[in-house]
Amino acid sequence: MSPERVLAPFGRRAARISAREQHGAYVVLRCVDRSGPRPQAGQFYMLAAATRWGGGEAERPFLARAFSVLRAPANSDELHFLLEDVGPGTARLCELDAGQELLLVGPLGKGFAPPRENRAPLLVGGGVGIAPLAICQDQLEQPAPALLGFRDHAHARGAALLRHAELTTDDGSVGRPGLITDLLADRLQSGDRVEVYACGPPAMLEAVRALCAQLEVPAQLALESGMACGFGACFGCVVPTRDGYLRLCVDGPVLDGALLQSAALVEADH
Amino acid sequence: MDFCGIELAHPIINASGTFDALAARRAFGEQLFERFPFAAFVSKTVTLAPRGGNPPPRLWELAGGMINSIGLPNKGLAGYLTEDLPQLTMLPVPLIVNVMGFTREEVAELVGAFGQLREVAALELNVSCPNVETGLVMGADPLETAALVDRVRPLTDKPIIVKLTPNANDVPAVARAAEDAGASAISLINTIRGMALDPRTGQPWLGGVSGGVSGPAVRAVALAQVYAVAEAIEIPIIGMGGVQRGRDALDLMHAGADLVAVGTESFRDPAAGLRIASEVSEMLETGQATGQHAEKNPFPA
Repeated sequence: MSPERVLAPFGRRAARISAREQHGAYVVLRCVDRSGPRPQAGQFYMLAAATRWGGGEAERPFLARAFSVLRAPANSDELHFLLEDVGPGTARLCELDAGQELLLVGPLGKGFAPPRENRAPLLVGGGVGIAPLAICQDQLEQPAPALLGFRDHAHARGAALLRHAELTTDDGSVGRPGLITDLLADRLQSGDRVEVYACGPPAMLEAVRALCAQLEVPAQLALESGMACGFGACFGCVVPTRDGYLRLCVDGPVLDGALLQSAALVEADH
Repeated sequence: MDFCGIELAHPIINASGTFDALAARRAFGEQLFERFPFAAFVSKTVTLAPRGGNPPPRLWELAGGMINSIGLPNKGLAGYLTEDLPQLTMLPVPLIVNVMGFTREEVAELVGAFGQLREVAALELNVSCPNVETGLVMGADPLETAALVDRVRPLTDKPIIVKLTPNANDVPAVARAAEDAGASAISLINTIRGMALDPRTGQPWLGGVSGGVSGPAVRAVALAQVYAVAEAIEIPIIGMGGVQRGRDALDLMHAGADLVAVGTESFRDPAAGLRIASEVSEMLETGQATGQHAEKNPFPA
């Protein structure tokens, strides 16, 4: 895992979709990005469909949508993205299939850093927020077990995208019933020296942040915020931090938990 | 080409507040300056004191555009001079600094400071805010605008561009007042006031309650206002509002704009300015600019 952000080629480029996979409630789009660099875990891309997305007589979607990269296999041109149909942008992206094109800008932002000395990574994900944790497992030098929480059975199918995962579901249909933070609390009580890497819905991230702060466990949180541009132009994605408002797209999306008074941000409009 | 004595490579620049050259360099590296998308760079609005901006959420997507309620976050005059300006000397294009004050004297202080700097090619006045002393939006009232331009005109030899708000009764009258008071150029349109409600609560979605509408949704409004202002004044015009393609830029030029600014489209494609500039140049060369190759009938059978 590199501590340095990877720079994006300037401008928007097309990437052909090589495969579309259904994983329960989720869709994985694989695309071929010949001209871009390999991203750092936790970095993101702005995605739009190459057709029927804005343009002249545009209805929504109009702006590209930000997605953390799910996986960027080494020795390959492929980028994988995890999608869930929850709004007009994600609905259009989920319709796409092999042979069609995405427009993308990226990799953008500052991703995850290697763990501090003598700390073992522990991944905590919720729902579609498991995406950046998969590439974390690929890029971390040490094994990184994952605690993953989902709503129900259909969403829990996404867990197959990671290795060494323990699950909870809200409805108890798979894994332990309850919240992923229950599992995290148990794990942190054991006293192992871990560093938490987390991504998920705002309420989950805030619970993870508060728990880690209380137990003095370092946490790197991948946040989400509504974003128009992804490269610092629009100032729309700011999050309140102890240093004032930070633009999540250039100063994040991964922020140190210690920088935040709360990770309970307004959910992005998708 | 020449704009108010400034030599520009092409007629496409950015709209203030829609491109941050220093943040973009963090994302794209030095290639940004090698392929800079605009013929001049217009800064985000600088105010006298630093501003944090409005509480989030700050964005709302709508059909063919968006609403923003950013609230002009910036480092203030002193912060801009010490932190941003030294880095902006690396820009390969002229720098236009956009300034805003809440009183005439604040604007005068900003114009006085930037107006003496070698690094600054021109100033743009954001007159879309209320004068706290008179309660009038400076750019919504011809007399307010005239008094402001009159106050700052003697403070610099550099071109002063007045950026008009479309949220005014008589935009051409404001443009004429600015011209008469010595403005070098007019830019328009700024965003159009709009708002969105959270569908779950019926309450305002944006942290700043209302915001500014931009994107292709405002293009026809921009065209009409540029056309009307061009009829009223002689000084150059920077037209903007919903420009996505070379065709849109040419429309504004036909309506009377000398330069065209790209705003929201840069959010969708950071290199949009380059593409639009090359489309404009190609259309001018091939004669498409005069409309012999007009696009499809807007009312197809």
